[in-house]
Amino acid sequence: MVTRDVMQQRVQIPLSAESLTEERTAYLERLVRQARTAAAVFTQFTQEDVDRLVKPMVLAGLDQAQHLARLAVEETKLGVMEDKVIKNMVATEFAYNYIKDKRTVGIIREFPERNLVEMAEPIGVIFSITPITNPTSTVLFKCIMAIKTRNAVIFSPHPNAWRCCSEAVKIMYETALKHGAPEGVFACLESHTLQDNAYLMHHKDVGLIDATGGPGAVKAAYSSGKPALGVGPGNTPVYLERTADLNTAVTDIILSKTFDNGTICASEQTAVIDDEIYDLVLKKFAALGAHICNEKEVKLLARTVIDPETGFMQAAAVGQKAIDIARLAGLSVNPGTKLLIAPIQGVGREHPLSVEKLFPVLSVYRAKSVDEALKVCVDVNHAGGLGHTAVIFSRNDDVIRQFGELMNAGRILVNSPGSVGAVGGVYNDLPPTFSFGCGTGGGNSTTDNVNIYHYLNIKRVARRTQAHMWFRVPNQIYFNMNAVANVHQFASRSTIIVTNPSLEQFGHVDLVRRYIPEGTHVHVSVIPDAEPEVKVVMQGVEALNFYKADQIIALGGGSVIDAAKIMKLKYESPEADLEELAAPFLDLRKRVIEYPTEKINRVRLIAISTTSGTGSEVTPFAVLTDKERARKVTLADYSLTPDVAIVDPQFVMSMPKGLTADTGVDCLTHALEAAVSSYASAYTDCNAMQAIRMAFKYLPIAYQHPRDEEARCMMHNAACIAAMAFSNASVGVNHALAHAFGARFGVAHGRANALMLPHVIAYNASVPTKFLPSPYQKGYVAHKKYATIADLLGLGGHTIDEKVKNLVAATEQLLDQLGFPRSIADLGISKEEFERAMPDLTKLAFDDPSWRSNPRMPLISELAELFWKAYQGRGLGNMADAVRQQTA
Amino acid sequence: MAMIAVWLKVEEERVVQALQEASEKLDGIEGEVTLDLSSVRRIDPSAVRAMAEFAGMAEDKSVKVVLRGVNVDVYKVLKLVKLASRFSFVS
Ligand SMILES: NC(=O)c1ccc[n+]([C@@H]2O[C@H](COP(=O)([O-])OP(=O)(O)OC[C@H]3O[C@@H](n4cnc5c(N)ncnc54)[C@H](O)[C@@H]3O)[C@@H](O)[C@H]2O)c1
Ligand SMILES: [Fe+2]
Repeated sequence: MVTRDVMQQRVQIPLSAESLTEERTAYLERLVRQARTAAAVFTQFTQEDVDRLVKPMVLAGLDQAQHLARLAVEETKLGVMEDKVIKNMVATEFAYNYIKDKRTVGIIREFPERNLVEMAEPIGVIFSITPITNPTSTVLFKCIMAIKTRNAVIFSPHPNAWRCCSEAVKIMYETALKHGAPEGVFACLESHTLQDNAYLMHHKDVGLIDATGGPGAVKAAYSSGKPALGVGPGNTPVYLERTADLNTAVTDIILSKTFDNGTICASEQTAVIDDEIYDLVLKKFAALGAHICNEKEVKLLARTVIDPETGFMQAAAVGQKAIDIARLAGLSVNPGTKLLIAPIQGVGREHPLSVEKLFPVLSVYRAKSVDEALKVCVDVNHAGGLGHTAVIFSRNDDVIRQFGELMNAGRILVNSPGSVGAVGGVYNDLPPTFSFGCGTGGGNSTTDNVNIYHYLNIKRVARRTQAHMWFRVPNQIYFNMNAVANVHQFASRSTIIVTNPSLEQFGHVDLVRRYIPEGTHVHVSVIPDAEPEVKVVMQGVEALNFYKADQIIALGGGSVIDAAKIMKLKYESPEADLEELAAPFLDLRKRVIEYPTEKINRVRLIAISTTSGTGSEVTPFAVLTDKERARKVTLADYSLTPDVAIVDPQFVMSMPKGLTADTGVDCLTHALEAAVSSYASAYTDCNAMQAIRMAFKYLPIAYQHPRDEEARCMMHNAACIAAMAFSNASVGVNHALAHAFGARFGVAHGRANALMLPHVIAYNASVPTKFLPSPYQKGYVAHKKYATIADLLGLGGHTIDEKVKNLVAATEQLLDQLGFPRSIADLGISKEEFERAMPDLTKLAFDDPSWRSNPRMPLISELAELFWKAYQGRGLGNMADAVRQQTA
Repeated sequence: MAMIAVWLKVEEERVVQALQEASEKLDGIEGEVTLDLSSVRRIDPSAVRAMAEFAGMAEDKSVKVVLRGVNVDVYKVLKLVKLASRFSFVS
């Protein structure tokens, strides 16, 4: 509660306390020491202990309400005794009602669904400045809040309200002490100077300054460099809109504006009244005891109550009765006049009465329209009232909302009086207070009604949350020989088969057609034998539109299936921006961009894989080649996952040896990376581990004996099973390296993976230089996972070290069996050329999202080291170094 | 010079008195004094004051003060009033 300072001396609180005598310093030090000890001792109190203290204090305050009100009026010579009694009662009883069941010790609030708990830590010593306008009520209120929150307070009351305030402190202190509060918990400065205030504001043992006072005190509080709760002045506009209940409005405003002679800074200062109700409103005001000033009276009044130099209200008028003010101004008014009403024509220095007036003078403004009324309210709000309070009387929800948006006020009160409304707990559910935060508009740190929570350090105990995990794969996966027959069960009017020329030549398309239900219109869209480009995809979308397709059958390797996934996306949601959808992300669940959910077409995607590697038939990924910018972009979203996957080995019998090896190693890499991924779960582990076993056993056979149906079938299933793992656990640094290297040197994906694989296993199995934050896992386990894999493969070894080494050796052996080059050098790339490419390679690899789930976070230097290892080539000798660092 | 160490049990209700008694014995102590606070659940401002005074006197006489069995709530109070550094603690 703030007056535009009534006492000029409060306006300039010096920042330095140098002029204090030694004796005075010793006195202040003693006060602080006592308070600090009390606060420290207070920390041992439980909630029950504290609550036992609060109630008798509240009762004592209620009991002494009238005594204190009398003292206050006698001493300050402002306000209304009866109203001050009410204020003292609100400060105690209403505050008690608000705080009595609230927890302020230990755990104060719990949010089990968020695994969060809030705990209270007291502030310690609070230095509190209290105002002349609400002297005893503010003290009572702050004492009760402080005890409830286990803090000690040193009070510095307004010099002209010192006696009543120190009496209030004494009553509260004695009651608290009697019921067990620590000695020294409250103190009131015995007479004080501005130097005392400055000294205490800067004292290292004072934790918080709670300054309810004039702007000088508030500013000094904030300038002290200490945490402060300074609350500022107001200039409350009240808008009487044409739909308002006028009787309520007029009564409420009179009540509010005359309450304690207008000393509550939230009371109405200028009433902005709609033109059509203006005359009626003034008539009603007059009927209830307001005097409507004429033009001449307005001038006389302004000259009397506003300081012409500063433009602020005169201290002498604060808290005075309307008739006394009228007499001072030389106006003749009826003896029972409660309120002086001054019509004004605008807001600002030329309209002196448009500022804050903490006495029963209300300016009124006649507004021609809602628009004009709102603008004048904005003007009043900005004329010294930012952040404080604004009031509206209206039944029009739209106008109320608009008013709420326009006013910068911590309290926007609807159809209720400003002063008593802002205090809270009487007319609304705001927390009761005698300190109105005015936010940054008023140079304050809060817009709240200052209450117990501002007297606490709230600590948040955040428990580790169980990360949400998932396992998402297509609804339907058909596998083993002749699984393609299942195509028959999917009714369609118009189907497009997307495939490659070579696959058509192999007769694979005819095989699929055989199972498409009769009567379906089938169109075959043949796309080039290359990784998909946007241009190719868009041609496919044209065909889908032309044939009004309701089903796509993607028949091919990863390239064809990925192309079909993007065709489906663009066909269903033509607005989808592929560039934007490929934006980088750290965590799939938190990423910024969203895939379209609105679809203008619906189409079923059946993916029939013809290679045993990518597993694209079950993955949510699609890789696009951007030829113009010589790069690949990966789209990732579960909406891209095909509806139906068909894993039929008869389509892979035709794969040449090289393709079998390349795609097979891709499958093995997917499974090995998913197994150690930081997103791995029991659900992905079972798939990853099984796929690894199958690949180790059947890949060499499928490679050596391409017509071996069992081996082909097992490898085809292994690719799909590995893909189920990495669709949900993602891949790792091997893919980041392979993508970068493959793109830069035009090396097939599987082959690029093969060149990196043994080095990456050794790298991941050794103690990470850097850990990547991962709420999905409880610790670094990659080395143990590799050891488990070695066990599954029956590779022997006793220690984790040995097992990892054996896994690396077995992988190298497998790669040799598959005829892969042993090093990048073997590909004919010179050392110089590779060196030149290194900055690009490491940059590309680091930008690749694949490693985000890798168990080790790769540093750029480590990526370079891995590239160089791959350049030099595999062989146990090379691995020894890395494996040696491995954890036990 | 022989070390004369003293061990005193302090009860919760008599912290101030116990410290007063202990301070009277300070003259005869060389080395250290151990105050057993294991039955003190809470301390009040007068106890804090008494402890501060006792710490001062012990320092003057170069006697080390060891507090035994201080519970963590009391320990926090001593920390807040900046007394903790003037004592040694054993459990
Ligand atoms: N979507 C995913 O989850 C995912 C995962 C990894 C890789 N990819 C992407 O998939 C693409 C690689 O896919 P891929 O390895 O399946 O190769 P691919 O689809 O590019 O096919 C390679 C070549 O083999 C031919 N081919 C396919 N099946 C054949 C068969 N049965 N017999 C003979 N020839 C056949 C193709 O016509 C093509 O010319 C890359 O673009 C890669 O980035 C996607
Ligand atoms: Fe891959």
